[in-house]
Amino acid sequence: MEMVCIVCPNGCRLNVTEQDGRVSVSGNKCKRGETFAVAELTNPTRSVTTSVKTTVAGYPVVSVKTDGEIPKSKIFDLMELCGKIIVTKPLPIGSVVAEDLFGTGVNLITTTDMEETNE
Amino acid sequence: MKYDVAVIGGGPAGLAAAIKASLSGASVILIEREARLGGILKQCIHDGFGVVRFGEKLSGPEYADRFIKQLRQTNVQVSLFSFVTSTVQDGDLYKITYVCKDGVQHVECDNIILATGCRERTRNGIFIHGDRCAGVYTAGAAQNLVNILGAVPGKKVVILGSGDIGLIMARRLTLEGAKVVGVYEAKPTPSGLTRNIHQCLNDFDIPLHLSSTVTKVLGTTRLERVEISRVDEQMRPIAGTEQIVDCDCLVLAVGLIPENEIARGLKVPLDPKTKGAIVDQNCQTLRNGIYACGNALHVNDLVDYVSESGETAGGAVQSRDKRVLRKIETEGKLLYVVPQRLDVNAPLDKVVMYFRASEELTDQRLTVTAGDEVVFTKNYAKLLPPEMERVVVNFNKAHTLDDFVVRLEDK
Repeated sequence: MEMVCIVCPNGCRLNVTEQDGRVSVSGNKCKRGETFAVAELTNPTRSVTTSVKTTVAGYPVVSVKTDGEIPKSKIFDLMELCGKIIVTKPLPIGSVVAEDLFGTGVNLITTTDMEETNE
Repeated sequence: MKYDVAVIGGGPAGLAAAIKASLSGASVILIEREARLGGILKQCIHDGFGVVRFGEKLSGPEYADRFIKQLRQTNVQVSLFSFVTSTVQDGDLYKITYVCKDGVQHVECDNIILATGCRERTRNGIFIHGDRCAGVYTAGAAQNLVNILGAVPGKKVVILGSGDIGLIMARRLTLEGAKVVGVYEAKPTPSGLTRNIHQCLNDFDIPLHLSSTVTKVLGTTRLERVEISRVDEQMRPIAGTEQIVDCDCLVLAVGLIPENEIARGLKVPLDPKTKGAIVDQNCQTLRNGIYACGNALHVNDLVDYVSESGETAGGAVQSRDKRVLRKIETEGKLLYVVPQRLDVNAPLDKVVMYFRASEELTDQRLTVTAGDEVVFTKNYAKLLPPEMERVVVNFNKAHTLDDFVVRLEDK
């Protein structure tokens, strides 16, 4: 089976074979390619960047990201959750707006500094 | 007011230039037209920025934030919401007029650093016929609506252009609940990174149609449908292949052009290949005291190199040595090389050169020569026009500092 590693911009083309529950990977330039291929076959994960609404002047929305990877199958559940979050005060960059997403231990954090001057 | 340096533009190039110039002891004003610093990075909320510089994957706003925090530690005078309306030379000085909340302002400076970024090609730029209805956006405009203003520009979207910007907007609009019916690309191969084809399109089952383009937009007040045609090898639409696709939004991700309105006003000579200024290794244009960096100089694919050229310009402004400029010629299948000149009176040991191949090539050798002497060579297994290459050349090796040629040839 062929797949493309998305860990870094190199985008290595991986050749993945599975035999008796053992996964072997070729075509990867680094070890992360192997980890990626195994995860893709067992529990594919993604980091997600999106935005949430705010009531702060100058910021109709603020950008956020998952501070780790969540299961790929949970991406749209996360989007639904994001739709319910409203930030009501200027937050510094890296503030947690949702904790422990789907029991993964991964948090949703802001990626824009809302305390930065906004004339 | 009088400054040593005026930096025009507060995106990644301008931020890096202002910080570096200030650290080298110059008095600096940074003029930014928007309400916040960061330029286009503010709306590039996806990750993947800073891998070269910081060794980690940051989102655009996070990458910008690192520089903004650094800038706040310097004495740079930042003027936001400020739009430059004129720049004129007066003897050895440049006079800049800009409009801001306090009205019309005038500043004088010894040097100008142009960090004005680039603009997107529009519907008119690629001659799409049809109705003049609402619902046609450039990718950057759509990205601004979604990521800064929190508004989704359409429910059923067609994207033209498979560069990374088009792919990232396909994913972004899908996440926000729009249906992306397809990404269309006139070229026979996708322009964006393979990684983005997978994580932006395949992850969300968004179809990619190659060798196809939008030939007409149709709609009375709002876009209702587009006409798609197959194209031949010369990217000309093939008659009889037209098909109609229903949509209420067309996103155009069809290329970027350096923004050089101010440069033209200052009569800065431009390179028709890069569409940015002709510069030496310190990013100084052919007009003394005027520098250009970042995407205003040439469109980059990595922000890390945008920052690098900003730092080059900012670090050079305090130099008072008279320049001795020599032309760098290009030969072979090179789309362009930056810099286009070498100041042989300035440091020559670590000259950063950027280039792009003019077509997809394998087994190539890049050679830099000065007269008959080879000063640098590097082999490339594969070169692609969308991927900019960077090399560092030590010209001090050369005995004669003239007749510089950069050549790309089969190995």
